[in-house]
Amino acid sequence: MRKIAKITLLFVLITTTLSMCACHGRKGLDAFVIPEQFDETKHYDISFWAKNDTNLTQVDIYKKAISDFEALYPNITVNMRLYTDYGRIYNDVITNISTNTTPNVCITYPDHIATYMTGANTVVELDDLFVDTRFGLNGSEIKYDAPSFDEIVPQFIDECKIGEHYYAVPFMRSTEALYVNKTYVEAMGYEIPDIMTWDFVWEVSEAAMAKNADGTFKVNGQNVMIPFIYKSTDNMMISMLKQLDAGYSDPDGNIEIFNDTTKDILFEVSKHAGTGSFSTFKISSYPGNFLNAGQCIFAIDSTAGATWMGTHANHHDISLDKVVEFETEVYPIPQFDVNDPKMISQGPSMCIFNKEDPGEVLASWLFMQFMLTNDVQMSYSETEGYVPVTLKAQNCDEYKEYLSLASPDDPDHYDIKIKAAELLLNNTDKTFVTPVFNGSASLRDAAGQLIESVTKSMRRKETVDAAYMDKLFKDTAALYHLNQKSMAGNNGQKQELSRLPGASIALIVTLITVWILLGAYYLYGFISSRKKKK
Amino acid sequence: MKKVLALVCALSLVFSLAACGGSADKKSAGVMTYAEYDAAALDSEVVVEAYVQAHQSWWDNKITVYAADKDGGYFFYNMNCSEADAAKLTPGTKIKVTGYKSEWAGEVEVAEGATFEIEDGNYIAPAKDVTASLGKDELKNYQNQLVSFKDMTVSAVSYKNGEPGDDIYVNFTKDGQEYAFCLEYYLNGSDADFYNLVGSLTEGQVCDVEGYLYWYEGPNPHITKVTVK
Repeated sequence: MRKIAKITLLFVLITTTLSMCACHGRKGLDAFVIPEQFDETKHYDISFWAKNDTNLTQVDIYKKAISDFEALYPNITVNMRLYTDYGRIYNDVITNISTNTTPNVCITYPDHIATYMTGANTVVELDDLFVDTRFGLNGSEIKYDAPSFDEIVPQFIDECKIGEHYYAVPFMRSTEALYVNKTYVEAMGYEIPDIMTWDFVWEVSEAAMAKNADGTFKVNGQNVMIPFIYKSTDNMMISMLKQLDAGYSDPDGNIEIFNDTTKDILFEVSKHAGTGSFSTFKISSYPGNFLNAGQCIFAIDSTAGATWMGTHANHHDISLDKVVEFETEVYPIPQFDVNDPKMISQGPSMCIFNKEDPGEVLASWLFMQFMLTNDVQMSYSETEGYVPVTLKAQNCDEYKEYLSLASPDDPDHYDIKIKAAELLLNNTDKTFVTPVFNGSASLRDAAGQLIESVTKSMRRKETVDAAYMDKLFKDTAALYHLNQKSMAGNNGQKQELSRLPGASIALIVTLITVWILLGAYYLYGFISSRKKKK
Repeated sequence: MKKVLALVCALSLVFSLAACGGSADKKSAGVMTYAEYDAAALDSEVVVEAYVQAHQSWWDNKITVYAADKDGGYFFYNMNCSEADAAKLTPGTKIKVTGYKSEWAGEVEVAEGATFEIEDGNYIAPAKDVTASLGKDELKNYQNQLVSFKDMTVSAVSYKNGEPGDDIYVNFTKDGQEYAFCLEYYLNGSDADFYNLVGSLTEGQVCDVEGYLYWYEGPNPHITKVTVK
């Protein structure tokens, strides 16, 4: 019997050990700890995955930044990989997390970082790095003039907080602008207010659909006119809901978008999609192309797309013979309450990925911090209607001089681009961002899809009614996996527990069985000894 | 007897060849001919049968397909497609596609979200020489077809990103007019030899060029073959 007990005990030990291993799963990297010193005798190759707006000047600025940085830190080589699409960066990062081949530094959005963080210590938490006196923001051992924490625009750095911690730094910021063919609006007899309401934009858009007897549009004399085109329909829905103080999601990842206000917005959009006075980028193409051809009156696009807007734009995708002469003006996006305007804050951020060698992570941090220096910030922001993310750059004389030189005829100081940048500079306190959680990127996609769907349906002569809306909500929730009450996971909130895997259940059953056998054996021994004593 | 047999054989051959040539156009019940598709209004539902000629790389359960039948070309943008089905879309494969006709920046296509089923049949469309149609409205009649242009002179080559790894924009001139072409990275960027060939083209070189006649605010062929003369 003693032999059986020994075997049972051994079995229990093995089972317990195995089950403990199973609980841990694949071991992740240890959390990054700032090294005492940065070893400048050791060579570091770091990868930087960057995004540009199909703008070669931006590529040149990245290259110059890398070159300037490497001159200061000859032991660090930065290898850049360029993308023109955030979605592709996101996809590639996700793919590389599983093989531990993530880049060192990556341009990205906080929504995406929330998903990257599903791996243990995958993305480096920056709280300690920000305040480290040696290597932190403007630390004593930094070889360049970096901004301090307080010199980063507070709204922009706050956007990089996921839960209670910072996981990114802002790189550039933009908002959306309403680019207007002022000539046409005034020709139609309207006076443009400083801030337009949605009602005003819808009204003018419908009026612009009037046609001549020959079928051409009265406002432009052409066969084509889409008065109102929105580039990013996810932003459109998000901004409208925010302005109406309606539900979208909360910081815990609870999905609130499927509500009556959303339906009201969609019914309004559908009315104008049905008349042809409203369309989207996905359905019709770039708003700027239509605007510049005199085929659009209200084009909403990022301020980071300002160099494509207007008769004298730096860039045109349409042939120059199709560009018409008109006065372009830049306004905030339409509002429901002009006394309380709200506009989205967007733009690239940067994060660093954890590695086994803390020195490599520190090298990544040094490069990422370098991207916040004045030269990089000013030169990159001036390529488009971006604004620098540091007060240090925004307030320097060189940048103020740049803003003062706005002109329609000077490509470097294109007035529409500078007006777009000033729109954000003057309204930073009116910007907002949406809550970030694992799944927030899907929710954003779903928000846009709702508008795309009703717009397509109206163009296809489908009936958009209450039943349509119920089905749309149901289908969209299923498509984007928004059915769960909460999608959070990275903010320290509890996730709903899913069913245990079969192997885990088997282990637990085995353990319980073993303990029952042990108990039975002990009880048997106890009873036997009592009998013997009798 | 031998003469009769020979005649029968010859006639059989002629009929079978004729049948082969015509099979590309034969449509199933409820399926539009190319002419009907061409005449269909934008934003209307279309059901077409066509043969895959090439496709862009599958991604996120979507695939973009260049297709043709004997009468014309089709562009199926971001069709719903599993990765397993994408592997079946080899050149020549016949598919029945249901979706909505739309136009994006001048490109007439079946819009994102179309569905398809694979059918029996195989056809590869030959390239049509449309050099004489360059700069004319009639060029649009060949939209989405595999077309060729002879004796085009390279005037500019640039990478979308400023360096290899993305689309390559190639401008060619012909008879004093400049035309924009594109090596679409997701179509043939993975063919390193071809990508390097196009990337290394230099101003003044004369080439014959083949590609699918895509449209972006004007003709913008997606290059598939370049022969430097």
